[in-house]
Amino acid sequence: MKTIQVSVVTPDGPVFEGNAKMVSAKAKSGELGVLPGHIPLVAPLTISAVRVHDVDGKTQYVAVSGGFIEVRPEKVTILAEAAEIAGDIEVDRARAAKERAEKRLADNKQDNVDATRAEFALKRAINRIDVAAKR
Amino acid sequence: MALRDIKARIDSTKKTMQITKAMEMVSAAKLNRAEQNAKSFGPYVDKIQEVVGSIASGSNAKHSMLLTRPVKKTGYFVVTADRGLAGAYNSNVLRHVYRTIQQRHKSSDEYALIVIGKVGVNFFKSRKMPIIDSITGVADQPSFAEIKAIASKAVNLYADGTFDELYMYYNHFVSAIQSDLTEKKLLPLSDIAETKSKSSYEYEPSEDEILEVLLPQYAESLIYGALLDAKAAEHASRMTAMRNATDNANELIGQLTLSYNRERQAAITQEITEIVGGVAALE
Repeated sequence: MKTIQVSVVTPDGPVFEGNAKMVSAKAKSGELGVLPGHIPLVAPLTISAVRVHDVDGKTQYVAVSGGFIEVRPEKVTILAEAAEIAGDIEVDRARAAKERAEKRLADNKQDNVDATRAEFALKRAINRIDVAAKR
Repeated sequence: MALRDIKARIDSTKKTMQITKAMEMVSAAKLNRAEQNAKSFGPYVDKIQEVVGSIASGSNAKHSMLLTRPVKKTGYFVVTADRGLAGAYNSNVLRHVYRTIQQRHKSSDEYALIVIGKVGVNFFKSRKMPIIDSITGVADQPSFAEIKAIASKAVNLYADGTFDELYMYYNHFVSAIQSDLTEKKLLPLSDIAETKSKSSYEYEPSEDEILEVLLPQYAESLIYGALLDAKAAEHASRMTAMRNATDNANELIGQLTLSYNRERQAAITQEITEIVGGVAALE
């Protein structure tokens, strides 16, 4: 069966490398499924889970904080500022981050910059908790 | 000098040497880690560069971060260490930046500084130069999350027109005994068009929207890359400085031991002379 090489890279180093028969991700413009032999494509991602369906029929979940996906016929590269495999996520830390972000959101509704940042932090934390639950 | 004084100096020099030697070994270990960090960052920046290059060269996409505009205010991003004891590491960067600013600008309205590291912050503060943002206490092995805030602030300040170009100054790590002062024009991103692209892509939803996401991320990653590079250079230059200090201490101890022995010999000779003199006086 044809497979496609997948790598998730962050500034702190590669997070995930492997082969898959399909990769699905949530791009800004909508859900995106990539099979081997896909035409070259670049798309920005949302804060979401990337699903890597591997050859044995198992699914790996990787939490990404935005970034973008680069697709070539034989290779998919996801470049994100932060990414974690479901199994590596520390749920306690993600929960703490979520609470922090919620508190910050509640505290300063008026300051726009901080509010946006807190909202992003909250989204990332929720995403990580969701992904961790799927391992 | 009296015997006791020399002895005391030898002891204190020995203790200093122990410290410098320990610091040298610590820096060597940190340098190792820093080199590894720089290596694991490599694939990320290569990839992002490739994609940015292919979009920027393969199309007529226009983004404010790619276009040169008339310069009213210049930003300087300066990377220094938090502590000294690293040879000429800090002074190299600071001296160069200071001189450049003095040459290019007449008043402090024409530029703004973004500074990493306590040494740099103190330097510019004491000269009353405008620091727009700074961070100190960056870890020896910085993670991207740590640097993200200041990097995106630098990029945003360019985007909202606070300054119209951004230069970056840091020490580039060459080898354990050499680092080169580097000046890099970070924004506008003028040099990406030169990178040749290997493939043409479909863009989802559109080139412009991808550039919107990609270019800030690219600029931030360049800042992070520079910081990793500078950290490696910092550890290397601290290691070299400490090795020199250890060598000097060794040499000093040698000289002091020599004069200690001479002094001791002289004292003994004098004692013998006195005894002999005393005996002669009795006869």
